[in-house]
Amino acid sequence: MAKAHVYQRDHVNTDEIIPARYLNTDDTAELAKHCMEDLDAEFVKKCGAGDVIVCGDDFGCGSSREHAVWAIQGARVGAVIAHSFARIFYRNCINCGFYPIELAGAIDKINDGDELDIDYEAGTIDNKSQGKTIQFTPLPDFALEIIHDGGLLEHIKKK
Amino acid sequence: MPMTITEKILARAAGKTSIRAGDLINAKIDMIMCHDVTTPPAITMLKEHGIDNVFDPEKIVVTPDHFQPAKDIKSAELHKRLDQWAKEKKIRYYYKLGRAGVCHALLPEQGHIRPGEVIVGGDSHTCTYGAFGAFSTGIGSTDLAAAIATGILWFKVPASMKFVLTGSLPKGVYSKDVILEVIRRIGTDGALYRAMEFTGPALKEMSMEARMTITNMAIEAGGKNGIIGFDETTKAYLNGRLKGKTEYTVFESDPDARYVHEDTVDCSKLEPIVAFPHLPSGGRPISQCAGKVMDQAYIGSCTNGRIEDLRIAAEILKDTEVRIRTIVVPATPEIWKQALDEGLAEIFYEAGCVVSAPTCGACLGGFMGILAEGERCISTTNRNFVGRMGHPRSEVYLASPAIAAASAIEGKLADPRKYL
Ligand code: SF4
Repeated sequence: MAKAHVYQRDHVNTDEIIPARYLNTDDTAELAKHCMEDLDAEFVKKCGAGDVIVCGDDFGCGSSREHAVWAIQGARVGAVIAHSFARIFYRNCINCGFYPIELAGAIDKINDGDELDIDYEAGTIDNKSQGKTIQFTPLPDFALEIIHDGGLLEHIKKK
Repeated sequence: MPMTITEKILARAAGKTSIRAGDLINAKIDMIMCHDVTTPPAITMLKEHGIDNVFDPEKIVVTPDHFQPAKDIKSAELHKRLDQWAKEKKIRYYYKLGRAGVCHALLPEQGHIRPGEVIVGGDSHTCTYGAFGAFSTGIGSTDLAAAIATGILWFKVPASMKFVLTGSLPKGVYSKDVILEVIRRIGTDGALYRAMEFTGPALKEMSMEARMTITNMAIEAGGKNGIIGFDETTKAYLNGRLKGKTEYTVFESDPDARYVHEDTVDCSKLEPIVAFPHLPSGGRPISQCAGKVMDQAYIGSCTNGRIEDLRIAAEILKDTEVRIRTIVVPATPEIWKQALDEGLAEIFYEAGCVVSAPTCGACLGGFMGILAEGERCISTTNRNFVGRMGHPRSEVYLASPAIAAASAIEGKLADPRKYL
């Protein structure tokens, strides 16, 4: 079961997810300590393993730094659910084997603290707290393949 | 089938005669840009996956820029990893300290950008190179690793948006104001997953430097790439400058190509614009915001750290004195030298500015001009996100070098037109 951390925000950018002052390292454990720091300094303390970040439009806009995805993965976040994602961030997620869930109206359908059960294959989010099941469109097959292989480089190696 | 310039370049790179927006393609990469933040992790990934080869050491340009000269031990370690790899792989175009500069200013200046090519770089503002009629986009470290090893990347062909720039820019108004106006209109995700094509008579009057300021900020509207067609100005810039291959293919959009959005910007009607925190879409005409008190002015970056930008700033700063901390950062060593030779550095010195070595530095809140809590900076850079140049409660205001210079003199947002 994953707990939702909802930010009623559009355009949460890569500088908020991992500020550039920490980009002098690519160590995931180190980056994870500062995940979401400029948006919510308490995030890392609050986030349990597998928890989910929920946001509005254009999540991950800004820099191409994959450090943003590594920080989120390192903080043991299970998924990010957003109305929409910025292009490079979205691509970086898939390349790192991390599932970005695009869901229109996410911040209206999910409340902060809701308990969620996500079925990535079926494209459903079971919102246990509200007793509702929400559908989302699963990723296209080629992206799923990359995620299943554990990221783009594993995928290339396999091929 | 009619195609846009972006579609034609991608079709060529995918070995197809025709493609359309939405198609998934595997494109051959012609050039890769590597810098000190995103490339070291890519190198490590390649090593870890045992696919440690480089597809073509002639098609990779390496320049440390974000934290160079190294700002601390950790960034020195990044530089060391980059250096060892570039030497080991015999990367032909490796710019070391003294020749290195802000990537998106350096690559075109040193003749690495050719029209019609597919260029990727481990940096979101790689879209800058679209000013040369190339398809160019930013990628993360994993994509970068894949591109370095294989020379091929998958892309979804973006739908194109067309922005027709008409009229002549009035005095004191520059290409920076044009792009801030476009982003103000469509928002920071107005071009998400799309190609932003700029065309129209106003571009004819713009230098390559000015055009690069426009394509540089395509990503600030969420765009996959920004692109401007080839013309005599492009040709003149490239002439004698290209390194390696000197031939290139010119593509242009068909007159009946498909666009998902079309808009016209009458440049003659524009005022100088300042984008307020914390989004690049927060543009306001200077007449409505002059007077807001600033603590620092920053003139530099891949958006506006080129020689033309420094000339504009110097024209305004000549025989005056700045009231706030003013940092001028020539984007490359060549620009730095030009600023010296043309007497611009002296003007900056006399006015009380500091002129730094080429670096990304404070643009991304790295070093060399970090903001304290509550401070405000008028900056010629491209991003004013929360914490971008320092403390999460500091503020960045984006504008042209002219506004930055005028504001430096007054210590508050100021209209540059009275100084011209
Ligand atoms: S100057 Fe700023 S925006 Fe440009 S590449 Fe450097 S950090 Fe990025």
